[in-house]
Amino acid sequence: MKKSQNTINKKIFHMWPALAAIAVLLALWQTAGSAGWVPNFMLPTPAAVIKALISDFPLLMTHAGVTLKEAFYGLLVGIAVAFVIATLMDRYEIVYRALYPIIVITQTIPTIAIAPLLVLWMGFEEAPKVTLVALTTFFPITIGLLDGYGSVDKEAESLMLSMGANRLQIFRHLRFPASLSHFFSGLRVSASYAVVGAVVSEWLGGFEGLGVYMTRVRKAYAFDKMFAVIVFITLVSLLLMAAVALLRRASMPWEKYEKTQRH
Amino acid sequence: MMNRDINATITEDNTYANELLVAEHISKGYGDKTIIEDISIRLGRRELVCLLGVSGSGKTTLFHVISGLNKPDEGRVILDGQDITAQPGHVSYMLQKDLLLPHKKIIDNVSLPLVLRGMKKAEARSKAAALFDQFGLGGTEMDYPAQLSGGMRQRAALLRTYLGSQGVALLDEPFSALDALTKSDIHSWYLDVMEQIELSTLFITHDIDEALRLSDRIYILGGRPGRIMTELRPETARKNRDREYSLTAEYSALKKEIMGYLNR
Repeated sequence: MKKSQNTINKKIFHMWPALAAIAVLLALWQTAGSAGWVPNFMLPTPAAVIKALISDFPLLMTHAGVTLKEAFYGLLVGIAVAFVIATLMDRYEIVYRALYPIIVITQTIPTIAIAPLLVLWMGFEEAPKVTLVALTTFFPITIGLLDGYGSVDKEAESLMLSMGANRLQIFRHLRFPASLSHFFSGLRVSASYAVVGAVVSEWLGGFEGLGVYMTRVRKAYAFDKMFAVIVFITLVSLLLMAAVALLRRASMPWEKYEKTQRH
Repeated sequence: MMNRDINATITEDNTYANELLVAEHISKGYGDKTIIEDISIRLGRRELVCLLGVSGSGKTTLFHVISGLNKPDEGRVILDGQDITAQPGHVSYMLQKDLLLPHKKIIDNVSLPLVLRGMKKAEARSKAAALFDQFGLGGTEMDYPAQLSGGMRQRAALLRTYLGSQGVALLDEPFSALDALTKSDIHSWYLDVMEQIELSTLFITHDIDEALRLSDRIYILGGRPGRIMTELRPETARKNRDREYSLTAEYSALKKEIMGYLNR
């Protein structure tokens, strides 16, 4: 018990510069609004934003449910696609050379530009949103997995070959587990992309979701509510990243014993 | 000399009744470059035989051929009368790096060769667990490799090698990353445990003292391409070589002879 208390204290100690910086920024922002340097209708004060956040909370939660569902499905598709592509690219040099440029090009296409097209093709329901999320999330995971496969110790592989292992066994016992840490690094980035991707796709049409709600409050010039949604989305993304970290710890229990830990 | 005698026995007598492992007339090259040429070695039951040579003499290439990872250009490898040339999975191989998989618990690391052969995980685990105490690993079953010291990890790698072997272990400089004290401990321990589990060992090293401490016989590899230059057999039996052995005239004479070959 005491030990865990200590680690928590240590963590807080490590975080204090960040917490202090955020506090200073919030104080400046609050002062700017209260002192009348910036008109309140253009930039609501943090206090007003928090008030809006609290009063809108139930509504935000309903919309968040929809957005999170799209983000989650999109992320699942993204992971599945990334897994298939990365594994094939790793296995066959020709697939790697064929697909790598295309994958890089897909990442240069602005999300906001293809979102309307997806809506036109697929309608106003979930499909275009899930597709957009999948498109934005598969890339970091693919790159993570490719790095992971590339990081496998060649000697460990020959050792397994000398034990008579076949390709599938080498994949299962060596290559896949060895790529997990890279996979989770990619997934962490993708999880935050997923929420943003879902929100952006909702801007362009839909019936429910944080993006739809955002468009509504923007059109009503309700800046405090607008900021409340932004803060809410940030919190949701942070929570998702924390969930990925938990999942990583649960799937890789050995990692905590290794000296060179990745953060 | 000695070398030629061995070749003669192999060609004349095709039964190798007393030999567990025989590699005959092995040549292997990559591209135009021949790495090893016409190497013949043998390993008897419960024998510990050392391959000693400077780097670049093709020791590791020879091991890759014997372990079945690479196909020789010429020659064949015979285990227990059965041709195992270019067939991995028969003799087990251990390197300087322990290569324990970081994501597996020690028990699963050491039982991996059994699982790869199709044994059920629970059965492989219980078979491995029975040997933990003997290998000085009791209590580490559920630890991850990162929790163990270098010497312990090396023992775990040895246990895995043993479980994967059908009586023969190929060790490629297994102890060279350990410090002198740990090394000396692990030497005595290895000789003991090898005796108990009836393991035969073919051992690569570039450390003359290690070779003289452990080996029944020593093959000296040298030249480019690598060939067997000679075979030596210390007169004092392995079990009678204590710490004082390195002070004897026999030891110095052998060491001097070996240095003569290696510096050529």
